[in-house]
Amino acid sequence: VSRIWDPAAPVDVLIVGGGPAGLAAATELRRLGVGKVLVTDREAELGGIPRHSWHTGYGIRDLHRCMTGPAYARRLVESVRKAGAELRAATTVTSLEPASASGHLPSAEHLASAEHVPMGERVTLGEHMPSSEHLRASEHAPLDGHVAELTSARGRERVLARAVLIATGCRERPRSARLIPGDRPTGVMTTGELQQRVYLNGERLPGRAVVVGAEHVGFSAAVTLAHAGAEVVALVTEQPRHQSYAAFRIGAAIRWHLPVWTSAVVSRITGRGKLDGVEITDTRSGVARFVECGTLVFTADWIPDHELARAAGLDIDPGTRGPAVDTTLRTSAPGIFAAGNVIHAAETADIAALSGRHAATHIAAYLADQASSSPASSAATAHAATRPAHTRPIATTDTRSVQADEPTDITGPAETRPAGTDATLAIHTEAPLSWISPNLIRLPVTSTTTPSGTDSALDTAPPSPPDIAPPLGRFTLRSNEFRTPARLEVRQDGRRLAVSRPMRLIPGRPVHLHARWLANADPTGGPIRVSVAASRSRTGA
Amino acid sequence: MNRMADVADVAIVGAGVVGTAIARTLARYSLDCVLIESASDVGTGTSKANTAILHTGFDAKPGTLESTLLARGSALLRDYASAAGIPVERTGALLVAWTAEQLTALPAIAANAARNGYQAIRPVPAEALYEREPRLGPGALGALEIPGESIICPWTTPLAFATEAVTAGIRLLLNTKVTGATADAGGEVHELTFTTGPEQPPGSLRAPGMPQAQGPPQAQGSSHATGPLMTPGPLQAPGSAEDPGSLQAPGSAEDPGSLQGQGSAQEQSPAQAWGSLQVPGSAQAQDSARTRGSLRARWVINAAGLGSDSVDAMFGGDGFSIRPRRGELIVFDKLARPLLRSILLPVPTARTKGVLVAPTVYGNVLLGPTAEDVDDPGDVSTTATGLSSLLAAGHRILPDLADEEVTATYAGLRAATEHPDYQIYVDAKRRYACVAGIRSTGLSASLGIAEYVVGELAEAGLRLPPRPGGPVPIPEMPYIGEAGPRPYQRVASPQYGEIVCHCERVTRGEIADAMTSVLPPTDVNGVRRRSRAMNGRCQGFYCAAAVSRLFRESQANGIPS
Repeated sequence: VSRIWDPAAPVDVLIVGGGPAGLAAATELRRLGVGKVLVTDREAELGGIPRHSWHTGYGIRDLHRCMTGPAYARRLVESVRKAGAELRAATTVTSLEPASASGHLPSAEHLASAEHVPMGERVTLGEHMPSSEHLRASEHAPLDGHVAELTSARGRERVLARAVLIATGCRERPRSARLIPGDRPTGVMTTGELQQRVYLNGERLPGRAVVVGAEHVGFSAAVTLAHAGAEVVALVTEQPRHQSYAAFRIGAAIRWHLPVWTSAVVSRITGRGKLDGVEITDTRSGVARFVECGTLVFTADWIPDHELARAAGLDIDPGTRGPAVDTTLRTSAPGIFAAGNVIHAAETADIAALSGRHAATHIAAYLADQASSSPASSAATAHAATRPAHTRPIATTDTRSVQADEPTDITGPAETRPAGTDATLAIHTEAPLSWISPNLIRLPVTSTTTPSGTDSALDTAPPSPPDIAPPLGRFTLRSNEFRTPARLEVRQDGRRLAVSRPMRLIPGRPVHLHARWLANADPTGGPIRVSVAASRSRTGA
Repeated sequence: MNRMADVADVAIVGAGVVGTAIARTLARYSLDCVLIESASDVGTGTSKANTAILHTGFDAKPGTLESTLLARGSALLRDYASAAGIPVERTGALLVAWTAEQLTALPAIAANAARNGYQAIRPVPAEALYEREPRLGPGALGALEIPGESIICPWTTPLAFATEAVTAGIRLLLNTKVTGATADAGGEVHELTFTTGPEQPPGSLRAPGMPQAQGPPQAQGSSHATGPLMTPGPLQAPGSAEDPGSLQAPGSAEDPGSLQGQGSAQEQSPAQAWGSLQVPGSAQAQDSARTRGSLRARWVINAAGLGSDSVDAMFGGDGFSIRPRRGELIVFDKLARPLLRSILLPVPTARTKGVLVAPTVYGNVLLGPTAEDVDDPGDVSTTATGLSSLLAAGHRILPDLADEEVTATYAGLRAATEHPDYQIYVDAKRRYACVAGIRSTGLSASLGIAEYVVGELAEAGLRLPPRPGGPVPIPEMPYIGEAGPRPYQRVASPQYGEIVCHCERVTRGEIADAMTSVLPPTDVNGVRRRSRAMNGRCQGFYCAAAVSRLFRESQANGIPS
């Protein structure tokens, strides 16, 4: 049985960004039976960054295969097509606001030309909530969901979405944002621009090139440069050593003869019109020298593409600079989720895809929750917590969430959080840790609240509910410094919730913290703090 | 009309905001004019790298020519901008006192403004100041409000002037550097020698299959080979021919016809049937070779900005020397725009107006400038100390700036001289006008300067016959500001829905419009200044490859009309 979507009907899920996270989420949502899933991407082709990243190593953790970026991107797109989601490339989401604020319904005239995508034989949400009924519900104010404005060659369209996934990815900081002084010649770019020039435009880059950064992406850029005919002079990093995996580095070093200059920074760019070279300063000695080159590539130093998230008024995490998300990848706005490198810039594509898949599970649960609420309760559901349907139901319908990330909330919060409500706790990192993702936890407040600040919580805390585990059951962190060995310590109100096994902290490389400690957190307590534990010798413990 | 004449009535040296304003003013009369620019586009020197403020002139030195022309020019430009679609926002300015000493200086500043004829200044007590600008850093003691201060697009302004001038028949010679001037027999006509042609092509990014440079630009209809080849003049110091501000696009120099807006179907195509380009030796000379040539004109106007002292010397002047004063600036992300409403000015010192924070018409926040005397009139590099001093100042004025991303950093050179006022004079005997030392107020004063200079020229004997059919209308420029609707918000046709530059939301249609405009860009940075493409927070991470592809395809296709 196949049927044509009613183009005027709201979509169940709008996914902004057709990279690995967004595409994986779309496939998973359809697999879970969600009816209408629309994926938009502002680029002419879907697939995200892997489209123009031609080295291999994609798909290992999500597809259990190893392939090149473009092959991986094609495969993700193909999966979404088979799953029956609607894909819209060359389409920019130019605004996003709550339907209740907007008061707009999608214009039928605008949507009349929308692509009609046949849908496969699947149980859809539409069967639980016929579209006519939903539309009738939509006439009540305030409306549930969010209205997105889409801009494309078709014109401007407004789409009402019951849930939204922001999967807008990340970008590298350009030279200007890094405040590198000097001239402004051509030939200075980021890896993103480099890859598009070389792999999408087929441009050649003869001459000497310098790469800034020695994370994986720095080696990737060097390989791209070599493909384009450039002679890579060096990878320059201010770190005392490179940050890539040994196998990748050694392979690249042998194949392409790539020296890595450590403890060094590009301190000046020279060239009027086109790049002549760079001044490179040794951070230990302060000695500077001029290195001639015609191409300079700035790699890594990622920043989430959080502009839509900020424009939509979502809370931004000060560490990741992406939207703050709890372990279900819900943002501060009901019905808006975020996944992929916009919440952890940057992890590998397969991790982004798994993040999208994780979000899909919780979006499906959120929609099921919403569907079970009557239209009359739409005002109340605007504040509804997201809760996966497969978990035990929360006893009461009062699902007001309580923000507890302000230190002032620590005193006397118990009265304000009656049993049956959820408490949201922020997770803060302390130097040298720079961020953690997810960065909020949302815990059900049980009937017996535990006084915070005592170890007794350890004994009375409920077992970790499976529904609030983060993607892959772990938190991802970053460190600004090399630390080996280091133990991560999780504390709440001075009480230690967990300590990790010893691990290596490497700037630009992920650090993982298992989420088992969630069970020990006190929903009525203060924010969670994650730090690097003091070494044994110093504490004398 | 004497368009075909081999002697121009007026040659204007320099197509910055002042030179184009003069050209646009002269274009209202029946004159044969040529506008000569060493860079590959108009408005690429001081005109493009400044604080982008349309000053009222409240803080000028009373009684100076600058004060008069600033007030007049500011009023003229305000009207012109609204007619031409140049983005302007009347944000007003707050001149903030941070110390008791600065607070006591405010009444004198207000009195000075009154002497300049600017009466609208109002004192703002600290409490009201923080009401208006709640994100202002702590410690402000009070302010003056200057309601007329505005922000303006510094790129569209000279482009609009030049578009009007070229439409009216003025010939624009780009990539043409004046190297010497001689008076011919009888002293009635100046002969200007120049070098022309594109700079060394960048070539670092060359798409396979793209045509290689075929040689120097062909003189289009070159017919007046006059005079002997000139040796390079005083401006032709080794390496100085490079225009510091003109960042060449990948492949942009590959099209030999790109000089002078090839393919724009202008009847007035610069050298066409008029210029006297001389091609030394083989026409297939190396593309690095610059062609020498000369042209003749009855009057010469020196609006050469940073090079105006050298040009002045060609006419025997020695009254001033340009002392480039570098100003570094930082542009913050659009997400910082809600942090302020007005331009936030410091209390000026004798030396500089100081570091300000201002919104831009593109929706960003600008911080700067520094003030540093440099020797090299081409040195528009930024420095580590300059940028860090700006950040420190910016974080005091608006502490929340520290959390916002930097989108761009750049530096511009003010064409200052040893004198405190403009260096404008007309030498009737030699039929020469010098318009120099415009410092940092050229954008605001440009139309006032042009009006004044043309008036002085008329008094000195330049005939200004009315243009048959009257002046051409003020052009309607593509609006690239944030205060009005952007093309993507209207999507008049499909190509205005295809967003190419995501950060600035520039569509394919706008880039196509730029490529087919009266003054098409000659490199991708010209596309930037006409459309804002690639000017955003990612600085090309997403769109640079696509924009340069569109630029190249457009050029390769001979620019469809």
